[in-house]
Amino acid sequence: MEVQCAYHPLSLGNRVLSEVLGVTEMPRSEGRFHARTDIGNSLALISEATPVQSQAIIGHSEGESMDREALIHELESKAPKYRVDIVEMLAEAGSGHPGGSLSAIDLVSALYHYKLRLKVDDPQWADRDRFVFSKGHGVPAQYVVMADLGYFEREKLWTLRKLGSPLQGHPCARWLPGIEASTGSLGQGLSIAQGMALASRLDGDKYRIYCLMGDGETQEGQVWEAAMSCAKYRLDSITAIVDYNKAQIDGLTKDVMDLEPLADKWRSFGWHVITVDDGHDYRQIFDALDEAEQVKGRPTYIIAHTIKGKGVSFMESSPVSWHGVAPTKEEAERAILGIRRKAGLPLEEAVR
Amino acid sequence: MSRATRDAFGETLARLGADEPNIVVLDADLSESTRSSKFAHAFPDRFFEMGIQEANMLGTAAGLANGGKIAFCCSFSCFVTTRFDQIRVSVAYNDANVTIVGTHAGCGVGPDGYTQMSLEDVAMLRTLPNMLVLQPADDLESEQAVEYLVKEYTGPAFLRLTRQKVPRVHDDSYRFQPGKADQLREGTDLVFCASGATVHGALEAANRLSDEGVSAGVVNFHTISPLDREAVAQLAAKVPLFVSVEDHSVTGGLGAAIAEVLAETTPRRLHRVGLRDFGESGSPEDLYAKYHIDGPGIYLEAKQALER
Repeated sequence: MEVQCAYHPLSLGNRVLSEVLGVTEMPRSEGRFHARTDIGNSLALISEATPVQSQAIIGHSEGESMDREALIHELESKAPKYRVDIVEMLAEAGSGHPGGSLSAIDLVSALYHYKLRLKVDDPQWADRDRFVFSKGHGVPAQYVVMADLGYFEREKLWTLRKLGSPLQGHPCARWLPGIEASTGSLGQGLSIAQGMALASRLDGDKYRIYCLMGDGETQEGQVWEAAMSCAKYRLDSITAIVDYNKAQIDGLTKDVMDLEPLADKWRSFGWHVITVDDGHDYRQIFDALDEAEQVKGRPTYIIAHTIKGKGVSFMESSPVSWHGVAPTKEEAERAILGIRRKAGLPLEEAVR
Repeated sequence: MSRATRDAFGETLARLGADEPNIVVLDADLSESTRSSKFAHAFPDRFFEMGIQEANMLGTAAGLANGGKIAFCCSFSCFVTTRFDQIRVSVAYNDANVTIVGTHAGCGVGPDGYTQMSLEDVAMLRTLPNMLVLQPADDLESEQAVEYLVKEYTGPAFLRLTRQKVPRVHDDSYRFQPGKADQLREGTDLVFCASGATVHGALEAANRLSDEGVSAGVVNFHTISPLDREAVAQLAAKVPLFVSVEDHSVTGGLGAAIAEVLAETTPRRLHRVGLRDFGESGSPEDLYAKYHIDGPGIYLEAKQALER
């Protein structure tokens, strides 16, 4: 198989890795639509070597020395690059879910960089925080952040949805270390998160559990079973976040099966509810995550209002049609140019 | 000695709970019936009453397993196994160390009628590549299967148990060997392949046939998936006729699993005995007689198969 990849200093400037781990370079591929890796051996590659080794714990909520403003600034600079990666991955894959990946990416980035206590080289570390990506179709958003953190080589991103790739179309815990739970059949993640929270409690509340859910997913009956039971068990270690992007496959959520009044529903089920008006604003996301940690005796539900296809203007303006359709390579280039222009990034990199 | 396999399960789990702190048990408002209540009374902190929320219970069990727990997820089999998507994704696809305990197996539930009967559970669960499907034939085997699940096995499993009492078919020296067919009786004219509550009926039928000069073997398939293919192939080399007997639909269950192996290894005639319809209300005894899965019924089915 053809492999085209070049290595140069990581423009993303991964603060976690560069400062905490002393790593200054990450692999980055060029000519990405042509990039191929030997995906047939990808499982073996992942088990043989993790690109970055460290026992360090990422996740910063306990980091006294952390400069919150600096982190926000850094995540703001990462965001357009993550978006470019998502668009490129999906174009390379030729299928997938751009709208919900782009709406979720800032929530995912905030969780990984600000909250989740994890060891990249020890995905099974017993006391790690758990992150359940319940809206599994949006998993490209998780993959790009995991690659950035060093869970796997960046080249693996371009194997998304291809035969033998650990980057399955929906998250697969059997194949990719660092994925906590296989999801994709909607409505199941919060129940799994609940079990993790009960296990955490039995073991002395050593870790917290985060569950990212979709708004369409919330129509599933099992979500409300879990809403009831998490409150019964007073699981204050759970923070559920809904990526409220207002659109699903068959139309706008309000037309397909309206969720409103969503906050009232969760409040009446016994949850502490926080509304984030802009789910792409890191200050608001950080504030909500901080508040959730302080709540005692009940679980927290964060309603994060987001924009489906955020960052790509032609997706934002037509959110339903970009739920489950990958951009063509031409559309991807147009999208990437737009993202880069808006972010003030050099445009030439987007042109092959 | 006659005892329900659910009773042996409940008592064994409660006993093992003292030495294995990672056992957790979940039930969906049927803990007295499934006998998980014994564990609940002994270890209330490790028992989770999930209410009538089987789907949520399965996902919760998978999450507990992620946290290193050995989860037992209990209900009537008909209610828990019909949440198949949660079983296939949350439990199986996560390789979760969760045993789904389905009690009140088959038409043996009796007077409650079809809605409470699990006649399709084996068919569904044996399609999952990593799902261990166990159905003990008596209390002794039930105890040992539970010990195995706690102490040795890690992964998704389905334990199918009876509501009704079943006579003991093993002596005290019996050692349960997961994945290995348990030959209870040798025979050369035909072999009964049975599981769970039908095993003692198959033995009864074999005895009666033997009085008439027909040599009938009996094999207890406590492990339905993965099936002991080698044992089936070896039997096929010696015995011309197979009769499968199960308190389950003949479609997709033990008989079907054996048919697959016979067709793929050594073609032999197979006569499947089990349910071919929805069940109905009645006593377990009357239902077993109606569907020919008790001793006299199995005998009749075997006679018909021999005459064909």
